Amino acid sequence: MRAFAYQRTTQIRDALNLVAQHDGARFLAGGTNIVDLMKAGVESPARLVDIRSLALGEIAEAPDGGLVLGATVTNSSVAADAQVRLRYPALSQAILAGASGQLRNMATVGGNLLQRTRCAYFSDPSEACNKRVPGSGCSAINGAHHNHAILDWTSHCVATHPSDMAVPLTAFDAVVRYETLHGPGEIPLAEFYLPVGDRPDRETALPDGALITAVVLPAAAVAGRSRYRKVRERASYAFATVSVAAALDVQHGLVRDVRIALGGVASRPWRARLAESALCGGPATAERISVAAEVEIAAAKPLRDNAYKVTLARNLIEAVLTELAADSGEERNG
Amino acid sequence: MNPDGITAAVGESRPRVEGRLKVTGSAHYVADLPMPNLAHGWMVTATVSHGRIRDIDATDALAMPGVLGVLDHRNARRLNPDVAHHFGPDRSLPMLQHEVIEYAGRPIALVVAETPEQARAAAAALRVTYDAEPHDIEFSMNHPAVRPASTLFGPEADTGDLEAELAASAVVVDEVYHTPEESHSALEPHVATAWWEDGHLHALDSNQGPFGISQVMASLFLIDPERVHIRAEHVGGGFGAKTVCGAQIILAAMAAEHFQRPVRVALTRRQVFLATGSRPPTEQRVRIGADADGRLRAVHHHAAFALSPLAEYIEWCTEQARTLYAAPAIRTELSAVPLNLLPPCSMRGPGAAPGSFAFESAVDEVAERLQIDPLQLRLLNQPVVSPVSGRPFSTRRLVQCFQEGARRFGWAQRDHRPRVRREGNLLVGTGVAAVAFIAGVFPSAATITAEADGTFSVRVGATDIGTGARTALIAVAADALGVGTERIHLHIGDSDIGPAAGAGGSRGTTSCAFAIIETAKALREKLVDPARPVTASVDTTPLINWQPDEERYTYSAVFAEVTVDPATGEVRVRRLLGMFAVGRVINPLLARSQLIGGMIGGLSMALHEESVRDPITGRLVTADFAGYHISAHADVPNVEADFVVDYEPQDPSGFNGLGEIGNAGTAAAIANAVWHATGTRHRTLPISLGRVIEPAAAHDHPGAVSVA
Repeated sequence: MRAFAYQRTTQIRDALNLVAQHDGARFLAGGTNIVDLMKAGVESPARLVDIRSLALGEIAEAPDGGLVLGATVTNSSVAADAQVRLRYPALSQAILAGASGQLRNMATVGGNLLQRTRCAYFSDPSEACNKRVPGSGCSAINGAHHNHAILDWTSHCVATHPSDMAVPLTAFDAVVRYETLHGPGEIPLAEFYLPVGDRPDRETALPDGALITAVVLPAAAVAGRSRYRKVRERASYAFATVSVAAALDVQHGLVRDVRIALGGVASRPWRARLAESALCGGPATAERISVAAEVEIAAAKPLRDNAYKVTLARNLIEAVLTELAADSGEERNG
Repeated sequence: MNPDGITAAVGESRPRVEGRLKVTGSAHYVADLPMPNLAHGWMVTATVSHGRIRDIDATDALAMPGVLGVLDHRNARRLNPDVAHHFGPDRSLPMLQHEVIEYAGRPIALVVAETPEQARAAAAALRVTYDAEPHDIEFSMNHPAVRPASTLFGPEADTGDLEAELAASAVVVDEVYHTPEESHSALEPHVATAWWEDGHLHALDSNQGPFGISQVMASLFLIDPERVHIRAEHVGGGFGAKTVCGAQIILAAMAAEHFQRPVRVALTRRQVFLATGSRPPTEQRVRIGADADGRLRAVHHHAAFALSPLAEYIEWCTEQARTLYAAPAIRTELSAVPLNLLPPCSMRGPGAAPGSFAFESAVDEVAERLQIDPLQLRLLNQPVVSPVSGRPFSTRRLVQCFQEGARRFGWAQRDHRPRVRREGNLLVGTGVAAVAFIAGVFPSAATITAEADGTFSVRVGATDIGTGARTALIAVAADALGVGTERIHLHIGDSDIGPAAGAGGSRGTTSCAFAIIETAKALREKLVDPARPVTASVDTTPLINWQPDEERYTYSAVFAEVTVDPATGEVRVRRLLGMFAVGRVINPLLARSQLIGGMIGGLSMALHEESVRDPITGRLVTADFAGYHISAHADVPNVEADFVVDYEPQDPSGFNGLGEIGNAGTAAAIANAVWHATGTRHRTLPISLGRVIEPAAAHDHPGAVSVA
């Protein structure tokens, strides 16, 4: 049996100390991913430090008018929160589009951000995988990869990031707050996930031993007019093939603010800045929406068996923006 | 009215008798049953698709806590290399006999320890090295190793002058269809507990027919079949994957003998995917020629499937072509391609499900080319007698299924042109498909004792894998004995009861019902004498007419409505209706549940299920439910299943089996509906979004707006 120690803490400092003092110690929140990976032999922590009793379980108003999501707030609680639903509807929709009710009741804000890829080669220790064992190779790049990355991958790894929640958070410029033994810190989500490069095992810019304490959603009027659309291989309970979180603010016929992020296409949630630039400042016509989608996916490099995802990403950007534009039009006319 | 003053139980909707046990968690499955002095075996499987084991280094594993030992080809007892299974010789059953690996997932060792956790940890510490050899998993009906399939199920059809009829046809459809490797995915993973006592092998095993498994185990271990005792009281689904003698019971029995104590082998979900059988991939060429008015002239169905060189197997895809429609010329061919794949085993309407997808798609394509109603085309070509054998059908209520289904589904309002119905961005379509599923009974024995207290102990080696067989057989016994169901004590799931059909081939319940009815008849003659207890036993083997004058089938017509978003490729089934002619129905509640379950299985096959293998290593990539998608609740729409009045004359009570027919027609009905919605014919399953998405669709929809 692979024995491991388990310890529950009530103080952030204790949790940080425990992880710093013990080799192979890891934080445990909802456990919906790490426990599976332990069973599969992908993760073998010597110690789990349970952080669910830390005082990080609240959703609070930020001074600037945004929201602060505590790290151990469950995914279900975020999705059901009245302020989230009113001010950031795409976030609520994204969470509800992921996993199952049972999993969402356990999974937390911080854990969701840190979940690992669902690439089948990553979760099977008998396969080569640079993300699991650096330098061992990538089985997926010439293997079964019909649901792998189309953007920003390298020969070292073609896996995608599985989170739905992180996609609207990326679109809304969320900021990750963390605590270390040397003090607190912040990283914008846009810089939180590292590019694949040649070390796909290094996934985030979080300092070693740091504990995520909160995710801050800045105030953004545009986020109130947002939606999340997820396409997957069945109607429910599957990771995204491609997903889109988008928000659109049209004033006097011109796009004043637009946010677009994609899930399922890269090793991290993909902020579609090129599409945003192409749309901002002009009218939200079908033609301009189409051009914006094309501009964004022009950089896509499909693998042998996933070119359909390029088409899907383009179509989905168009579909979601078209719906948002129609909503703006109805509001204006109505 | 019987002596208990109650009406007949057969024909009445009654809930499962063990339903309360199951929903309260008190029905004991094999892994729940305690066993003193139990040791636990952890199966280790090959990670190469072809090659030889160079070495299994167990040094570290043996030093780990609780480990009793490791069984592999070097120390395992010898098993009978000539063992056979229902399809013929099966060299996959003798496990741990040599170093040769013919497929990835092949069991190569069993680590035995005091606890399952210790065994699992030690199994992870086993160092296995291989000399890999080139493998071949590239399935194609044109593969150089292709050979005719076994003709155990009878010769393929060849009537009339096929080429002449094709030449004389106004329209000829000639298309190729593909279905992928699939995995059964029963809820309960395979598990067995085995022990030896005085030269007798005992096992609790999750299987679909303990008597049949006991015979194979006796042959495999070269012992008298009387010395093998296997029980399978509650089984959490099988879908065919537990019709074969599984790795879990073979390895548990070997280890129990070696370590001289009871051993349990419980597979993980991943191991179930890797090592317990699959539906093989198929490639099927269908040629159909028809006159301009839709009358069929020629039918040619050539189906090929993959199998393992280790074991004979038949995926009998050609049944529909020889049964469903009349045509002057009908030819069927069945080919097998040996590859380095997990040996397949029967799955959810074997043959009929993939065969019906290909054949009923092709029939739909004939209607498409002729621009006529595909339902009318099917009605136009109904045979009076079997189109190949010329024998009459014992009962054939397919036309009633079509007509009643069409009425309920609203088929008359259908515009038969494709891609004409839109709802916003969605394309909407409907489709239909028919099935003829071969029916009959297998030999089974029953024993009934009239007890002194007025109850009846009924023993029959049936298995209830979740279908409701137990409940159905109690009703059959009650009516046959003329008493209320509360006076029946039914004992099933035990090889010691005697020969019995397993829960497979859609024949388990019908076969065992036949045995119960015949035994009750014999017993009632003895009841004149008031002495109790009194017992009667009947084995139906001599009573079965293997050469009946009439062909015996069950029938269905399945109707489907789908929506397709061409911009994303998402296909959703909105409505499914199946009308079934399955003889006299024993329990409409449970029968409907079984058929609805089957239709959901067909939906899953149509849209989701696909085992994916790594193109380089041949290993299964989709060895969990995150990778192997079965339909989720959100994919399952309003599903209706109902019956037309039917009675099977070959059965003393009018029964026919209905275990699998629900599966068989659904994929074709959905594929035909997707064509009707989109105008694109999908000849490869599953109809996944990557196959359906249309590059220009986003620019195509009328909902596009401008708010300039």
